[in-house]
Amino acid sequence: MSGLAGVPLSLEPLGKKDYTSDQEVRWCPGCGDYAVLSTFQSMMGTLGIKRENTVIISGIGCSSRFPYYVDTYGMHSIHGRAPAIATGVALARPDLNVWVVTGDGDALSIGGNHLIHTLRRNVNLTILLFNNRIYGLTKGQYSPTSELGKLTKSSPYGSVDTPFNPITLALGAEATFVARTIDSDRQHLTEVLTAAAEHRGTSLVEIYQNCPIFNDDAFSTLKGPEGLLIKLVHGEPITFGAGEFAVVRGADGDISIAKTSEIDESSIVVHDETREDPSLAFALARLTEPGILRQAPVGIFRRVERPSYDDLVRDQIASLQPEDSEAALAAVLAGPDTWEADER
Amino acid sequence: MADQLSLDRVVIRFAGDSGDGMQLTGDRFTAETAAFGNDIATLPNFPAEIRAPQGTLHGVSSFQLHFANFDIVTPGDRPDVLVAMNPAALKANLKDLPTGGVIIVDTADFTPRNLKKVGWESNPLEDGSLANYSVHTLDLTGLAQGAVEGFGLGRKEASRTKNMFALGLLSWLYSRPIDGTLRFLSEKFAQAPDIRDANIAAFKAGHAYGETTEAFEVQYTVAPAPVPKGRYRQVSGNLATAYGLMTGAHKAGLQLFLGSYPITPASDILHELSRRKDLGVMTFQAEDEIAAVGAALGASFAGSLGVTTTSGPGMSLKSETIGLAVMTELPLVVVNVQRSGPSTGMPTKTEQADLLQAMYGRNGESPLPVLAAKSSTDCFDTALEAVRIAVKYRTPVIMLSDGYLANGAEPWMLPDLSEIEPIEPGFATEVNGTNAKGEDVFLPYKRDDDTLARAWAIPGTPGLEHRIGGLEKADGGGNISYDPDNHEKMTLMRRAKLRAVVQDIPDLEVDDPTGDAKVLVLGWGSTYGPITAAARRVRLSGRKVALAHLRHLNPMPDNLGDILHSYDKVVVPEMNLGQLAVVLQARHAKHITRYSRVRGLPISLTELEVDLSAEIDATEEEAAKEDN
Repeated sequence: MSGLAGVPLSLEPLGKKDYTSDQEVRWCPGCGDYAVLSTFQSMMGTLGIKRENTVIISGIGCSSRFPYYVDTYGMHSIHGRAPAIATGVALARPDLNVWVVTGDGDALSIGGNHLIHTLRRNVNLTILLFNNRIYGLTKGQYSPTSELGKLTKSSPYGSVDTPFNPITLALGAEATFVARTIDSDRQHLTEVLTAAAEHRGTSLVEIYQNCPIFNDDAFSTLKGPEGLLIKLVHGEPITFGAGEFAVVRGADGDISIAKTSEIDESSIVVHDETREDPSLAFALARLTEPGILRQAPVGIFRRVERPSYDDLVRDQIASLQPEDSEAALAAVLAGPDTWEADER
Repeated sequence: MADQLSLDRVVIRFAGDSGDGMQLTGDRFTAETAAFGNDIATLPNFPAEIRAPQGTLHGVSSFQLHFANFDIVTPGDRPDVLVAMNPAALKANLKDLPTGGVIIVDTADFTPRNLKKVGWESNPLEDGSLANYSVHTLDLTGLAQGAVEGFGLGRKEASRTKNMFALGLLSWLYSRPIDGTLRFLSEKFAQAPDIRDANIAAFKAGHAYGETTEAFEVQYTVAPAPVPKGRYRQVSGNLATAYGLMTGAHKAGLQLFLGSYPITPASDILHELSRRKDLGVMTFQAEDEIAAVGAALGASFAGSLGVTTTSGPGMSLKSETIGLAVMTELPLVVVNVQRSGPSTGMPTKTEQADLLQAMYGRNGESPLPVLAAKSSTDCFDTALEAVRIAVKYRTPVIMLSDGYLANGAEPWMLPDLSEIEPIEPGFATEVNGTNAKGEDVFLPYKRDDDTLARAWAIPGTPGLEHRIGGLEKADGGGNISYDPDNHEKMTLMRRAKLRAVVQDIPDLEVDDPTGDAKVLVLGWGSTYGPITAAARRVRLSGRKVALAHLRHLNPMPDNLGDILHSYDKVVVPEMNLGQLAVVLQARHAKHITRYSRVRGLPISLTELEVDLSAEIDATEEEAAKEDN
């Protein structure tokens, strides 16, 4: 079932303009958030749903300003809690297309608990995790995705905090849709966001997003001409660097990177995002090192089907509905043991 | 055949190991008594440990029931009758028993080892130390085992029917109807015929024991209490709270959405509402207290009635989200079943020390309505009113209950649902203003003149798309604003909205029968019972005292200040160190006499009677001196 099943369809075509609010966008010049916002606004029209049936919930941080700029329903909530609030929205209303916009600090630090529990429940919503590997809004402290040794205002001697890999975290939390994309590749971003919206259950999309002020060029090694982004395409052998490198599986089951010219083509791992067993997706995610990014897979790591939590909750209720709700309520209030008293 | 003696009221306390089934025994005795038509009030008291070590003082669980042929308001301080299932139960409860009290005690566990475990060097049943009580010693365990012989139970299982034997005996002693318990046992153990039959046999044997032996020379009767005509049931505060929330949502035509995290003593509300999926109630057992209130607020944003239920520690965690609800002006009902604090405190013991937290425990100027229930049945009305205010004024509302109300039970006259006023959510469906360019737009923070409630448009409403959040809002349009004048205006607006709620709050009524009392006793929450009972006794002694009780803690009734100033002395009994007193004193420049008890138990009406009498005498004397 599509993630958008139950959301009413728009009778007229909608475009980027329809999804643009009257609010002036106030991110820093050059911020990666602009590209994501613009791509999102264009992508939304292609979903074919009614504009008023989309809800965007965000937490706190630069990226969490996002809802103000999209002309749908939205709530800019409090730090880390957007997945919890969005869970309530998704449970209450099967006719809504629900998004969570969050950042690496919001989702992985203060809101880590809500993130993992939303993923394991598989609530039908999509989480856009803007990862710039720094705290931007509070002006440049290291975040839970900053590399070890990071020099910031709050880590003047270098950070000694081991970072999270959001993809392996999500896989470990039983997520059914886990993907990564990057702010600089509009086409890839569009494809991944669309697939995430159409997935039923919780979709987690990590977006590598450059912060030009406090962590500029955090992803520049990936964007350079050497092109060390590893694009995962379902059903295709995993190669990158203009075909120079490939991902291969060793005899012990480990995966590693090899020069395509030095291996047999049949040993290249063919990407299967629908594998029930998440171990290969986990191994692929580990190709991203926690320190300096030498290479990073992008695309859909895992897309599997599992009933969404909100559907299960609503199914239980729907199967029990009484015909006369007031009479049923009165019967519950009375309970099994009542007695009659006369005025005495 | 024993003689029959008629009593007006009796307080019985059943006490045993936490595994002895004392709560069940008490519940059943209460059900029999309620069905008979007595007025009742109960006080369960149990350790936080699920199964504390057997035979120890801290593992003692008890259930106290007060029943009478008149309207009663508390479960009583001191039991007339103590049923003790072992030495620990006797020792832990003996100090509460007045001289001359009746003790019915199971002798089976009175071994030197068990006596030693509770610090008794000699056996109190034999050494004369209980001479001032009327003691009935029985081998309850042995009698029960004998009664269930032949049912194929092991020795241990057989001995576990002793609570039913005791229940049967007490049912005889107080002339209770027993059909309800027989039916209950048949249904409860329908899947285990051996256990069912054994429990029924033990219960009947206990009843027959009273009837046929001469162990008890008198059988008591307590006539039914006069009550308004109607259909009644027994209800605990937590159940009544769940029912009030359900009824409120039903009357508002909104889906009830409960986000909650298990916590003592509030979990029973979650349990009941989880069962009520058959009435369309949606419950979400969240990963933590914060997610519980967050999901509830999200559901409210989406057009449901969001509710969260918790106790003190959970309240602390929820405060940021409650602040968000104040800022976003969405309906939300927060139920705090208070327990002893601070921190984890005493989870199974009662207190009312979260009042100031409810009123002020958020960052910034963050006003919201606070209501408190005064009795177990009043939890229904309070919860219903909390829903009404939350929806009408688009605001979070905190309802305060406490562990005493939550677990205690009373007879409850079933409400006539058709007589309860509907609650109108009044969702916005059309644009309601114009923007700077003169275009028709939706202004989410445009207010109703009367209530100051903002327009509430839910997702899915075409043309009313808007964004809300925790940042300060521009008046009307709701966009982010850092304008100093706007912030001051909005801060005052939020306070004005709280004050607007006063229009729905009745004036405070004072019960001052002679009209010339000099001392007013003002209560809130569950102190209602002890205050009312103590005042009755005070009045019987010929003293004059006025009573008033606050349900609305924020805002308070309009006439409160005048009332406070019309008495020489205002006494405020609270299970905290004077939290209401401090607010009243600050707002009304009136000295308030504090009366604080923080023992994890309801205020003792016996103590309160004595202390109030002294206050009244001193005040009257003072007034007389001034007159001269």
